[in-house]
Amino acid sequence: MMRRFARFLFPNLFASAICLLLPREAAAHLPTIGLGPVYDGVLHLFLSPEDLIPVIALALLSGQRGAPFGRRSLWLLPLAWFAGGMLGMFTGSGRGATLTFVSFLLLGGLVAAKARISLAVLTVAAMLLGCFHGYLNGAGINRYDDGTYALLGLSLAVFVVVALFASLVVPLREQWAQVAVRVAGSWIAASGLLMLGWAVRTAS
Amino acid sequence: MKSLLKSWRTTSASRLLAPLFIALCYAQAAEAHVNKGEGVSFLSGFKHPISGLDHVVAMIAVGLWGAQLGAPAIWVLPVAFPLVMAFGGMLGLLGVPLPGTEFGIAASAIMLGAAVMLKLRPPLAVAALLVGFFAIFHGYAHGSELPPGESGLLYSLGFVIATGCLHAVGITIGLVNRGTWGQRAVRFAGAAIALTGVFFLYKVVS
Repeated sequence: MMRRFARFLFPNLFASAICLLLPREAAAHLPTIGLGPVYDGVLHLFLSPEDLIPVIALALLSGQRGAPFGRRSLWLLPLAWFAGGMLGMFTGSGRGATLTFVSFLLLGGLVAAKARISLAVLTVAAMLLGCFHGYLNGAGINRYDDGTYALLGLSLAVFVVVALFASLVVPLREQWAQVAVRVAGSWIAASGLLMLGWAVRTAS
Repeated sequence: MKSLLKSWRTTSASRLLAPLFIALCYAQAAEAHVNKGEGVSFLSGFKHPISGLDHVVAMIAVGLWGAQLGAPAIWVLPVAFPLVMAFGGMLGLLGVPLPGTEFGIAASAIMLGAAVMLKLRPPLAVAALLVGFFAIFHGYAHGSELPPGESGLLYSLGFVIATGCLHAVGITIGLVNRGTWGQRAVRFAGAAIALTGVFFLYKVVS
């Protein structure tokens, strides 16, 4: 009996000892997802509603006003996002993150009201949105590592989101579909209003 | 050593257990502290309006009334309601006292249900004002009950989307408001909502 137990125990102890000599990095708080910096940036947008929703709101607003407005946002917003990100990466402190409610409130309100804004106003809105959110993203990125690639991924993801949502809204003609877009804007603005309350509550 | 290796090869139990030992020794990254429960925040916000019958009946009444009134009320009410409700939610988050919140919520079911039952057709501004007034009480209840430690944004998104979905349910039910029997069915639903409101009012008073 003892012999059979020893024959069972010792080989396994031996194998276990060898395995214990091959330590792996524990990395219990691993900050990266292992997909590379570009995909880190892409995923960041889709996993961060505070960034994703204002992009969708601007795309909806552009789509409501027509194809030329959509094209303006499509190219300008990713570029402004990248520029703001580079600025934030080298100079940013990450302060001002609580002000993201402004993007929700303004863009959501404009979509809900189906505001007939001019191309110049949309251009300014896209630049401000891109620079502000890009700056906040850049401030959280490691400038000495692959931060530029992460920003590139982020900007590409912004491009894709604007392209998808603006092209979805531009051809809408039915009243119910246009109302659905306005309701979405109303939800975004409502969330912004609540974020304002949340920010004040947290600050106080 | 040689005998150990021999026994290693011949023992069937060892063959089964060795991979398990090896797997246990190769510990992978735990990543035990990621995401900060954000999914829970969205779900708890989403569940808040639909888990309380008082909110559910009032939201459906808004949709039904919008469907009865037709355009433009059918889209003005669902667009305006979340915004005013969010204003009430902000008051709740800030801790601004709003007396009689539960009374207002019960009254909303009574008034909106009665409006559907009686098929009232006030001017659009009056309907929007009435709906907006009651929306403040519903929003206040949501905002003041934000659980500690949750993500404010995701909780807000959850309950705004849930509220909108309840409006959509009301509007969809209201689509039967075309034939005679359909109109009666909608008015009957309004009466049921008003009665539910009376029940909630009784609970508040008692």
